[in-house]
Amino acid sequence: MSDLLSMLPQQLVFGIALGTIYGLLALGYTMVYGVLFMINFAHGEVFMIGAYVGWAVFAALLDHQVGGLHPIWVLPVLLLPAMLFCGGLGMAIERFAYRPLYRRGATRLGPLISAVGASIFLQNAVMLTQGARMKVYMTNLLFPREWRFNFLGVSVSALLIVMVVVAAIMMWGLNTLVQKTRLGRAIRAVAEDREMAAVMGVSVNNVIGATFFLGSALAGVAGVLIGLYYTQIDFVMGYSAGLKAFTAAVLGGIGNIKGAMLGGLILGIVESFAVTFINPAFKDVIAFGLLILTLIFRPEGILGEPLADWKKV
Amino acid sequence: MLKLDRVVTYYGPIMALKGISLEINAGEIVCLLGGNASGKSTTIKAILGIVRPQEGAVTFEGQRISGLGTGEIVRRGISLVPEARRIFGRMTVWENLIMGAYSRDGATQVELDQDIERIYGLFPRLRERTTQYAGTMSGGEQQMLAMGRALMSRPRLLLMDEPSMGLSPALVDQVFDIIQEINRHGTTILVVEQNAAVALSIAHRGYVLQNGSIVVQDSAAALLQADDIRRAYLGEDSS
Amino acid sequence: MSAHRKWALIAAGIAVALLAPLLAPNDYVVGVMARICLYALLALGLNVVVGFAGLLDIGYVAFFGIGSYVYAFLASPHFGIHLPTIVILPIIIAATAFAGILIGAPTLRLRGDYLAIVTLGFGEITYILLLNLDRPINITGGPSGLITVDPPSLLGFVASRNLHYYYLFLLVLGVFLTASIRLRDSRIGWAWQAIREDELAAEAMGVNTVVAKLQAFAMGAAFAGIAGGLLASWQRSVFPDNFLLQESINILAMVILGGMGNVLGVVLGAAVIVALPEIFRDLALYRLLAFGALLMLLMIFRPQGLLPARWPLREKAAEATTKRGATPA
Repeated sequence: MSDLLSMLPQQLVFGIALGTIYGLLALGYTMVYGVLFMINFAHGEVFMIGAYVGWAVFAALLDHQVGGLHPIWVLPVLLLPAMLFCGGLGMAIERFAYRPLYRRGATRLGPLISAVGASIFLQNAVMLTQGARMKVYMTNLLFPREWRFNFLGVSVSALLIVMVVVAAIMMWGLNTLVQKTRLGRAIRAVAEDREMAAVMGVSVNNVIGATFFLGSALAGVAGVLIGLYYTQIDFVMGYSAGLKAFTAAVLGGIGNIKGAMLGGLILGIVESFAVTFINPAFKDVIAFGLLILTLIFRPEGILGEPLADWKKV
Repeated sequence: MLKLDRVVTYYGPIMALKGISLEINAGEIVCLLGGNASGKSTTIKAILGIVRPQEGAVTFEGQRISGLGTGEIVRRGISLVPEARRIFGRMTVWENLIMGAYSRDGATQVELDQDIERIYGLFPRLRERTTQYAGTMSGGEQQMLAMGRALMSRPRLLLMDEPSMGLSPALVDQVFDIIQEINRHGTTILVVEQNAAVALSIAHRGYVLQNGSIVVQDSAAALLQADDIRRAYLGEDSS
Repeated sequence: MSAHRKWALIAAGIAVALLAPLLAPNDYVVGVMARICLYALLALGLNVVVGFAGLLDIGYVAFFGIGSYVYAFLASPHFGIHLPTIVILPIIIAATAFAGILIGAPTLRLRGDYLAIVTLGFGEITYILLLNLDRPINITGGPSGLITVDPPSLLGFVASRNLHYYYLFLLVLGVFLTASIRLRDSRIGWAWQAIREDELAAEAMGVNTVVAKLQAFAMGAAFAGIAGGLLASWQRSVFPDNFLLQESINILAMVILGGMGNVLGVVLGAAVIVALPEIFRDLALYRLLAFGALLMLLMIFRPQGLLPARWPLREKAAEATTKRGATPA
């Protein structure tokens, strides 16, 4: 038992790394839910595609034998295309799979089912075009294994630190955008009272599109980071990561940006710890269990405001 | 300035507005009176494009606006102080006001700051609360914020949906004084109200709406005088 | 449609169903027909939950799995129990209905998207449990599942050929079909419809939404459970991979394609979704891609499905309005 306990600090570090990825993904869910009151089921696939885009750029760099690979310039070169591509993809999904369905019907079944369809479609599109076998990120060419240091007996790699820094920058950027810019105010207005936002002259459709762009771009970042971290990516990784990120969003308080990051961190750490003490096969059960418990006992999440009647949710 | 010509709207299978016609001239204060579910709010929604008229037309400054999107209509110089205020509770007072000017794409920060100053001049209490979250303010303060927010877009026509609702009589007087002042500065105003007496006290003309149709229209003075009209349609005594 | 025509069509339908396997070119096709009947059962069950009551359960496959494994527990060498089929079926109904209530209970306050995600979570948890409960005690047989499950037997007759299974499934399908129609037109069916259209209004009208929703879950689960038992007895085995999320989505697609709430529609939907991959065998690689696209296009262009549901409540309300004539103020 003391063996296991001594592993805890190391697991904490791993948990934080995982948590940043869940957090970035959760941001996308939370933002979309904020303006549309809808769970973007296809978000996980956008994340997966981001990982593939990053891989493709990385592979291209290697193919052309570009020397002097250093994360300081390679990282942005990987991240930027992923962000742009995923952002655009997210906007396209909203435009073609969701927007035609907004006016319809009393139930929210339509967009949800369309999202499921989009998710399946994207997964298989990637499988058919990229092959069913996993792709490998040659992370150690970018972050040599020696680039780590020992801190209180815990081994922390440079990659991990970079991940946390990147995630922090992204979150800070998003938060600033939402709190201080005109677009951010428009997003918040639409999230709070769509009709009044329209009366202010806000183009609600454009704001929704922008929200999808931002959330999906962050998913792209998360995809590249997870590629670098786990070094292996495949076309099914989006599904379970997506669900867990959604759990993180709910845990932190859906619609709340800081909540999303907090929820992500908590989930990452809990999952890491759980894997130490329980059969790793059950780690997904942890995430789902947490989700169900949160929705039963505190549906507004940790940082969310209690809603008067959660039936509206 | 604003003209509704036999506008008909539906709410599902039910006809909400049954062919109403009304006119507002520049510089006027016109009030639209009626009880619950008479169609007052629907009229506002029809003007703003939130509800699309099935028949009839809405024209503003000579141009047809029925059928346009809300954003388009708002950009032409119409602004709304909605029923129940509907300020953005999760934003500060300052942010609410800035949102009011959203449709003014070309405005510079300097101009916006000046306008905010002007609003604070009209509503000194808002200045004190500039960084406070709007959701935490009292009903009266929210009403002022809603009005200030609507004025930020420098509208030529201001629509007000039941501004007296939920306010104490003293506040109601205050609010309607401010409405008159806004009008004096050149803004045309349409006030939709259940409280006929106070609305007629500042209006030039009035329309009475019942069950989706205009039943009476006259100058405000005439409406105030006519006892039978007051009692029948406005349902109350002289106060 | 006059009563005569209705009965004539029903008779024709039954005749076709009874004679179909005799016209089949080979045994494989009979197997496909049997599979259609089996999935039609599942579609009918999900139709109660999603179509009637409006509860979006994406974890439905869990009940399918529970029913299957219960059958395997009670009719195989695994625990050494070999109960006759007739005895097992009610046990399955009880077990899965109970599971339905268990899974439904936490979701009662949730709406739409959240309900879907939570049921999805339960579906996944069930799969993970089925996959992993083979250590330290071997309950479920782990990834390799349970094998040499007994075939169904009735009064000494043991099913062995696809043809037998087809008629067995067809019989059960007939029972379920009748049950579905009865449910739809019953008091509980009206309660479900009311909940589906507007839950708050339903409550205001005195519908006990808690009980009604749990009943929907239990009923739907029981249907799936029976289907699961039938699968286990046909396949003579059960594996966790029989019960993946994709199955839930397949069944949901059958319900939506056929027409949510329309009892015959969902049977039709099941037939289409089972038969299509068989017809387009060569394009197997693109099957899922097309499936995803189908779901999206369906929602955009024909969300009501092939056979739109007829709601007795809505029709009666429409009748009443037209009788009264003028539009109310």
